[in-house]
Formats: sequence, structure tokens, C-alpha cells
Amino acid sequence: MDCLEIKELTVAIHGQRILDGLSLVVPKGEVHAIMGPNGSGKSTLAKVLAGHEDYEVISGQVLMDGHDLLSMEVDERSRAGFFLAFQYPYEIPGVTNANFLREAVRARLGNGEEIDAVAFYKRLYGLMDELGIDRKFTGRSVNEGFSGGEKKRNEILQMAVLEPVYAVLDETDSGLDIDALRVVAEGVNRMRSPHRGFLLITHYQRLLNYIEPDFIHVLAGGKIVRTGGKELALELEETGYDWIKEGALATA
Amino acid sequence: MSEDSATLDAVLIDQSQGNFAYPEDYELDAGRGLGPETLNYISEVKGEDQWIRDFRHRALEIFERKPMPTHWASEDLNEIKFQDIRYYLAKGRRPTRSWDEVPDDVKRTFERLGIPERERGFLAGVEAQFDSEAAYSNIKEEFDKLGVIFVNSSEGLREHPEIFRKWFGKVIPSGDNKFAALNSAVFSGGSFIYVPPGVKVRHPLQAYFRINAEQFGQFERTLIIVDEGAEVMYMEGCTAPKFETATLHSAVVELVAMPHAKIQYITVQNWSSNVFNLVTKRGVAHEGAEIRWIDCNIGSRLTMKYPGVVMKGRKARGEVISIALANNGQHQDTGAKMIHAADETTSNIVSKSISIGEGRATYRGQVHIPKHLKGCKNNTECDALLINSHSRTDTYPAITVRGNRHATQHEASVSQVSEEQIFYMRQRGLTEGAAMSLSVNGFVNDLVREFPMEYSVELKRLIDLEMEGSVG
Repeated sequence: MDCLEIKELTVAIHGQRILDGLSLVVPKGEVHAIMGPNGSGKSTLAKVLAGHEDYEVISGQVLMDGHDLLSMEVDERSRAGFFLAFQYPYEIPGVTNANFLREAVRARLGNGEEIDAVAFYKRLYGLMDELGIDRKFTGRSVNEGFSGGEKKRNEILQMAVLEPVYAVLDETDSGLDIDALRVVAEGVNRMRSPHRGFLLITHYQRLLNYIEPDFIHVLAGGKIVRTGGKELALELEETGYDWIKEGALATA
Repeated sequence: MSEDSATLDAVLIDQSQGNFAYPEDYELDAGRGLGPETLNYISEVKGEDQWIRDFRHRALEIFERKPMPTHWASEDLNEIKFQDIRYYLAKGRRPTRSWDEVPDDVKRTFERLGIPERERGFLAGVEAQFDSEAAYSNIKEEFDKLGVIFVNSSEGLREHPEIFRKWFGKVIPSGDNKFAALNSAVFSGGSFIYVPPGVKVRHPLQAYFRINAEQFGQFERTLIIVDEGAEVMYMEGCTAPKFETATLHSAVVELVAMPHAKIQYITVQNWSSNVFNLVTKRGVAHEGAEIRWIDCNIGSRLTMKYPGVVMKGRKARGEVISIALANNGQHQDTGAKMIHAADETTSNIVSKSISIGEGRATYRGQVHIPKHLKGCKNNTECDALLINSHSRTDTYPAITVRGNRHATQHEASVSQVSEEQIFYMRQRGLTEGAAMSLSVNGFVNDLVREFPMEYSVELKRLIDLEMEGSVG
């Protein structure tokens, strides 16, 4: 029950099959990483879990703590505890970070409940300090004019504020210099907890030097082709992904 | 039955039916239709002087002579049935209805907007009068001390003819356009304000505060004169949808800012979608004076409104800040006119429009700087936001700058609320409607700050409501 369970998931976009019977279980308290070559379906997985309507689920099931995730609306999934850190976060002109976060928190309140503004800002500032984010940031429009590193840091801040039960981080490491990567990784590590599961999607092993995963899965051709411990990342770093293609050819 | 007449039937009050009937009393009603006798009737009831009677009749001739401006404006204007309209209802004698007859969605909107209970009835057309006498009397005392005049236009005409006549119809002559002529012929209601030299009025003046319900009439006429070095802020309208019984609204607003005076005129209007709202607004700014129009238009079937400033004295300043929101079946045709008529005059236009669904927004701007002047500046920004692929936006800027001693700047943008942006916001837990309204509020955010606090809060709520209805 206490897990994000993906069962035999097959997904297509514009008629083309991207995920092909993918199965994966991320229990609470664990950090799983998905690695794989470009075009293997990593980002598709992230978007489908979040509910992006361009993707068509052909078959399979996703259960979040036993609940049917795929039957929920995009925003319902979020409020139920699912979070996606975007590979390319969008800009929202004219809407400040503080306002956006407040609306997101407000969306989680019950009828008639109101946000305690003082407590909200106190908590927000605390989290920003931890992530090394300047306080002026609250007054800037969401992601507008942000550097790549600032955008990713902002995703982690949103995650910290919303405290999801399951978080998927889609290539959060891409485009980050080593300092920004360290900050982002610390933000994730601080949130590791027995009550939360993480799925890190990454192309490179580098991120996993800073966030140590419990399991690593290799995604290729729309399904998990290999699963191992953290040492698998190092092996991939050395051998690259060519073996997959050969292997895939051999079985074809 | 055509859709138009169905809408009309839904909102018009059938005078022949029991509940709504009120006496066809000569003292109270001009009947339907437009002709010299309609004007005579209005003048008679108001006890007007001969000069104003003549003024009305000349205006009617102009109105009848002038063609509909459909060579540039919407063909929809041809749908106005001038002979079906009631041009004058005496104060306090608007047709009444019971609260039960107010449509549910209007009631719901009042609730969501947090309109105080006592005001709802008035806004819904249930009560003819809004009792604000108590609130107004304190202010009135202060005004009397300062010599500030704030009355309805009929009273202004009657009690202060020496000021009224000097300025009335000078900023906007009857012949300015067909609808200014119509207003000049049948006007009633509206405000007359005079602020003596050097007086800076602390409170914003609100049409709301005035005792007479007549101000909410269809053909209001407002004249504001602010003398040397004086300042005033005027606010009209409110964010609650006015449940209109009349389908044509045609106002004329004239402002005169004497040297170094400042006028801010703020309008927030939310019309039901059967209303033609055809308004002429213009101000004259003398030396060193400043006129700012802050204008927010939501709803209506067709709104045509281009607030203008004629900068007549050196270093005069004119500004138009406008927000227009057009939902399904609505057309917002708005803009600004800046006429530079003296050296070193400065004008600024910032216009933002939002089109939702089949809604249509048009921007028309005119900036005129003649050759013999020097040191004039204009800045024009117009931004349009489209909410879905059916919406339409047009921009017709006309900037005439002659001579090379001026600085003008023009920027225009069209943007969309993208599906990806909405997806991103929904992933953070916002419903589709909340995500939409947050985007739209973001788009107008910098302009909303120009509105007084209570208006900006209401505006935000109003946008929330509009967006809620626009998503599946």
C-alpha cells in the first residue's frame, strides 16, 4: 500500500508507443533513480505520472498508496501528494513566487480555512535560507528571467513548501553547475524521510554522487531493462548505454 | 425568435405584466422612442432653461444626421433599436422587480464578490434607491467648507449655471460623434463637480455616494472642473455586475484641469452581456496640469470607449491606463486619444486586453503631435492576452507625429496563456480555473496596482469569477 506502484504501463504520444509495459515500485522512505539513454521514455514517464494530456495511456495502472493515480485530475494528483520537478519549468509572468506558492498552499486547505500569512512567510523564508535563495526572490515573477540554476532551485523550493508524499525529479541536474547541483541535492536529502518516496530521473551519474539512491533502474525501449544498487550508476558511467542497444538488438 | 430578441426579452421588463407595471404617469416617464417631444418632456420635468432646451434639440438634429460609424466600427451597432428605448425615467422610478426575479447567477455573483447585503438589492434593480445619505452627509459638510461642489448634473445646471454653462459641451461638442450627440439630446444624471483653486480633495469622490439613483441612468453626463492647482480623484462604477434593464448606455464625461490641476478619473464597470456601452470621455489639461484616466471594462455586448486628453498648455500631461476583458459574445473596442496641442506635453497609454473564448478585444489608439510643437513625448504600450484559439484581438494604433523634436515609443504584444503553463500550475495543485485566473491576474497585475485598494481586491475576485466560468 505505502508505495507508488507502476504496473505494466504502456503509453503513446501521437500514435507512437513510448512506454511499453513499464513496471516499477517506489516505496515510501526510498530513493529510486531511473537512468537511460536519450529517447528511452524517461521524461514521458514523468509527464504521464503528472497527468499531461498529450500522452495516451494504452494500458497499465499506477497506484499511489493504493489509489488509482491515472484516474485523477492533474491538480488532484498534486493535492494528493504527487510532485513533479520539471525539467523545463514554465514562466508565469506577473505572478510572484510568493503569490504562486500561497495559491498552491491555499489549494490544499479545506473549505473555510484560511492561510496564516505570518506563519506561511516564516516557513517560506526558513526554507529559502536553507536553499540559499535570496529573499528578494519572493517578489519576482515565477521563473521569469531566471537562470537555469535558479529555476531548478525554485522547483526544489516548491517541493519543500508543498511537502509531497512522492516526488519525481525530471533531469533536475541538467544545466546545473556544481554549486547549484550541491544546493539542489542538499534540498532533496533534507527532505528524505520514511514518509516520502523519490524518483530521480537522470541521464548522468553525477547527481547520484550527491543524492545516494537505494535503487537504480535502467530504462530502455520503454521498459526497465535492469535494476541494481548504487554501484550500477558507476558501471553505467564507465560502459555508457551502448550495451543496451546491443542487448536490445540481440533479443530482437 | 432570434437570439437577440430572446436576450432582450429576458432582461427587459414587460410593462404590461402585473408585477412590473408602474403607472404611465406623465411626470415619471417619457415613454419609448426618440423625437423632439422626448426632449421637451425631459426639459419640462427638469424645469430647464431655454438655452439647454435648444442645446438638446440641436444635438438631436446632429444625432439624426450623423451616420452610424460602421465604416470603422462594429456592424453590431445597427442592431440598436432606438425607437424601442425609454430615454427618461424620473429618479426613483426605475422599473422594479422583486428579489425572487433576479437570476440566480447574478445573486451568486453578488455573494462571491462580497457585495454588502444592503447594496445587492439596489444593484440588482430591486430597489430604486441606494440609501447612502448618512455616509454622504459628513463628506458634504466638509465640501461646503472648502467650496467643493459635488452634485448631480441636473442640480449643477440649476444651481450653478455660471460655472456649468461656461464649460458644458466645450470639451466634447455634440457633433463629436453620433453617440455624444445622442447623449447631448437626452442626458440626465451624472455628476457635476467643481473644485476651487488650490483645494486638494482628500477623499476620492464616488458616484456611489450620491443620493440620487439617477446617476445610474443610461445617458449620464458628467462634468468635472478642477481649478488652478487643485486636485481630485473620482471613481465611478463598481465591480458588481449591473443587472441592466436598459440595453443602451451612452455617457459623456468632460474634464477640465486648469493650470497645474490634477484629475484622476477611475472607472470599473462590469456590464451584463446585453448592453451596448458607447461612451465618450475626454479632458482638457491646461499648463502643467495632469489628467489620468484609469479604466476597467468587463462584460457588455459591445463597449466603445476611447478616453482622451487634449494637452492644451505647456507641460501638460495625459495618461490612459486601461484593462478590458471580453468573454464569450462580448466585444471590447477600447483605446485612447492623446492630442498634443502645446510644447513639452507628455502622454502615456498603457492598455491591456484579455479575450476569452469567443470574446473579442480591439485596441484603437490615436496620438497626435503636430509639426509646430517641440519637446512632446508619448509612450504607448498595448498588450493582449488570448485565453483560447477562438478569441480575437486587433490593434489599430494611429500615431501621427510631425516634426523631429519629439520622442515617441510604441510597444505592442500578444500573448497566450499556454496549456503548458496551466499544466505547470495545476501540477502544483491549482484547479484549472484558479490557474487561469492567476495567469490573468499576473497579466494585469502592474495595472491593477494603479487602482485604489478596495477596487483592486474586487477586480481580482472578479477576474477569478470570469475565469471560473470560462473553463470546462
